[in-house]
Amino acid sequence: MPEIQRFCTFTLAGHCLGVEVERVQEVLRVQEITPVPLAAGFVHGLINLRGQIVTAFDLRERLALPRRPAGHSPVNVVIRHGEESVSLLVDEIGDVVEAGPGTFERPPETLEGPARELIRGAHKLDDRLLLVLDTDRTLDGVADGR
Amino acid sequence: MPAMDEAAREFLVESHENLNQLDRDLVALEADPSDEETLARVFRAIHTIKGTCGFLGFSKLEALSHAGEGLLSLLRDREVLFGRDIADALLAMVDAIRRMLASIESTRTDGADTYTAIITSLRGLQNPVAREQRADSPAAPNSPAGRGVIENTIRVDVDLLNRLMTLVGELVLTRNQIVQLIASGKEPAWTSAAHRLNLVTAELQESVMKTRMQPISNLWSRLPRQVRDLSATCGKRVRLEMVGAETELDRSILEAIKDPMVHLVRNAVDHGIEPPEAREAAGKRAVGTISVHAFHEGGQVHIAIEDDGAGVDPDLIRREAVRRGIATSDQVAVMSDHEALNLIFLPGFSTARSVTNVSGRGVGMDVVKTNVERLGGGVEIGSVKGEGSRISITLPLTLAIIPALIVTCGGQRYALPQTSLLELVRLEAGAALRGIESMHGAPVYRLRGNLLPIVFLGREFGAAARSTRSARAREEDVNIVVLRTGACTFGLVVDGIEDSEEIVVKPLGRHLGKHPVFAGATILGDGRVALILDVTGLALRARVMGEEMAREPKPAEVAATTGEAQTLLILDSHEGGRIAVPLSSVARLEEFPRAAIERIGSREVVQYRSEVLPLLRIPHLSPAPAGESDPGRLQVVVYSHAGRSAGLVVDRIHDIVEECVSLTRSDDSGVLGTAIIQKRITEVLDIPSLVRHEAPEIFGTPVRVEATV
Repeated sequence: MPEIQRFCTFTLAGHCLGVEVERVQEVLRVQEITPVPLAAGFVHGLINLRGQIVTAFDLRERLALPRRPAGHSPVNVVIRHGEESVSLLVDEIGDVVEAGPGTFERPPETLEGPARELIRGAHKLDDRLLLVLDTDRTLDGVADGR
Repeated sequence: MPAMDEAAREFLVESHENLNQLDRDLVALEADPSDEETLARVFRAIHTIKGTCGFLGFSKLEALSHAGEGLLSLLRDREVLFGRDIADALLAMVDAIRRMLASIESTRTDGADTYTAIITSLRGLQNPVAREQRADSPAAPNSPAGRGVIENTIRVDVDLLNRLMTLVGELVLTRNQIVQLIASGKEPAWTSAAHRLNLVTAELQESVMKTRMQPISNLWSRLPRQVRDLSATCGKRVRLEMVGAETELDRSILEAIKDPMVHLVRNAVDHGIEPPEAREAAGKRAVGTISVHAFHEGGQVHIAIEDDGAGVDPDLIRREAVRRGIATSDQVAVMSDHEALNLIFLPGFSTARSVTNVSGRGVGMDVVKTNVERLGGGVEIGSVKGEGSRISITLPLTLAIIPALIVTCGGQRYALPQTSLLELVRLEAGAALRGIESMHGAPVYRLRGNLLPIVFLGREFGAAARSTRSARAREEDVNIVVLRTGACTFGLVVDGIEDSEEIVVKPLGRHLGKHPVFAGATILGDGRVALILDVTGLALRARVMGEEMAREPKPAEVAATTGEAQTLLILDSHEGGRIAVPLSSVARLEEFPRAAIERIGSREVVQYRSEVLPLLRIPHLSPAPAGESDPGRLQVVVYSHAGRSAGLVVDRIHDIVEECVSLTRSDDSGVLGTAIIQKRITEVLDIPSLVRHEAPEIFGTPVRVEATV
């Protein structure tokens, strides 16, 4: 990574994750979600984004993290994926953070399960680790889901 | 593709249209060479192509069309007469032009081929044949007939129309939302504004939809040519009739049925119409007729392809189906001719060549059916051996906005396309539990005497199963939506039925695009997303499709016998014979895992509804222990009398039929008699007496009892 990148950060089960800012279309708070029976587990449902129907993915489920405690409503991070928009459900939205190649490292060994595949690496920020999510892998893997 | 300038693009679009018209006109001229109007139109079309391509610098195309124009001008002046050889040459020219246009579209040049052979033959035909001169044609070549249409028409990019359609869809949804909101308030000014909005939106929607409508003649324009060429190849003589060519369809639907349509007409020529000699031998006219019809009815488009050919022999289909392993000989034996004919729509039937030769039809019929059903339509075949066949297709008018019924299940709303909807059945609390019976674990409902397979939407969706089951347990009303897809009719049990609504179909994202049960999604009046159920997908998933054909009671057979119809459970005896049990003496049908069998003394028992259910194995009827066809599961017919129950172990439950049977009485105890059911000799058992005989300790000494349920 040759230059400084800007990441839209969010939290997920205590982790701090980020996706490239240019991939993010918008962030939405409470949305009515229509579940899709018989779809893969990480397909959380469909939301109405100004007349466009957008599939919402439960990122906790995708990364095999514990379920979101009841009563916590997730935040929709709508990202562009190819021709369409999809929503990633996260716990809380954070700041936009800048990070350069100097702080980047390959995935830490502590990462297990599907996260190892889907996390590109981490930026060592002063106060925490920023895990960089590979959105394409995250979503392309889903296409082959059940 | 390199950027193409406006003039060239315009030329391509226009020429493609002209060519399709040319095909049709040339075939028409061959049949009626005296049709001067058509000839003039052909001349103009070629003249236009020649002029424009000269202007654009496509010299090879110009040379070819010039040769064609020369011949046509002689034809127009009656210097030569239109005949088959001329038709052949001109059609070959049309094909060559088409290839050049394709080349222009992809490479911006008219290609390397100069088509000299075609040009030579066009020139060769220009030698005037000495014939008696007719009166000069008075019609001027540039008749102004078409002017008005042209001046009132503009070309619009299809993408733009699609975008308009999407926007109108949005507007419809917003309208729904606003009308709903305002209906809950009491402001008269708002109400009347909402009313106007409602009207304007409806009108706008209709108009925009109309821009996408095209007459089916666009699709049919190539049929005469195809029929002509194919019948020449097959050595047949065929006349094509087209009725209702002005019938309009949404262009997306038109596009989607193009291939099925061509396929069906080809089939009719290839396999339907007999060779002229065979036709004459059968006392028919040597020229066969294929007619295609299209018309609007009931908000749908109906298309039929009819031929007066040999028809399809249902017995041949039956034999082929058995040979191909699609159905067993038992199954085909009980099928009506109509059902047997419909076997040709099954996938296994269509692919094999030999079937085509034997049965007369079949290649790709499953593809036709799949394509049509994917559009929310249906296809049926009717045929009379020796007289011809008719394939009927029904299609929705448009795909983008459809009327739908909104149902609820597990707290969610789902949209069901109205085209699949037959009727709604509501079972009042109390009747509900008895209304839906179990046929060997498969729930069924008796709808006017016919058994309707039942699918519980909640159960199909797994997670929401609780709601449906508890509703039944609490004896609430049960809502059955009777749906039809192709030849399959089934009842869908949902939690609730809401309104009918016009919905805008929106595709599911890539990640859900191949979902088996949902055809798309829509946004309802309150802004929430609802999934649209794919009725065909649902039927396949619930496995009610395919089996239903063999299961449906045969109206013809019922009508043929007299007396009162009764419902019989048909079982396979383990000795290979057939056994029937009056359903009235059966409390229910159950399935237990073998592991559930326990023993009290010498008797096998299972726990059933918190009670002990003794299992009986009855000679003839029950297989020996461990001799069942499914070693893991036990099929049990539960009999109840005076508060006591027993389970009869059976091998396999075959069917449920409703029939008027004439019994030949039997003296055997435990047997009511024998009857012919579904063309097979079947023993009808007297369950009460059998059970008393088998388990006197449970049901006491023999007394005359009425069957209990």
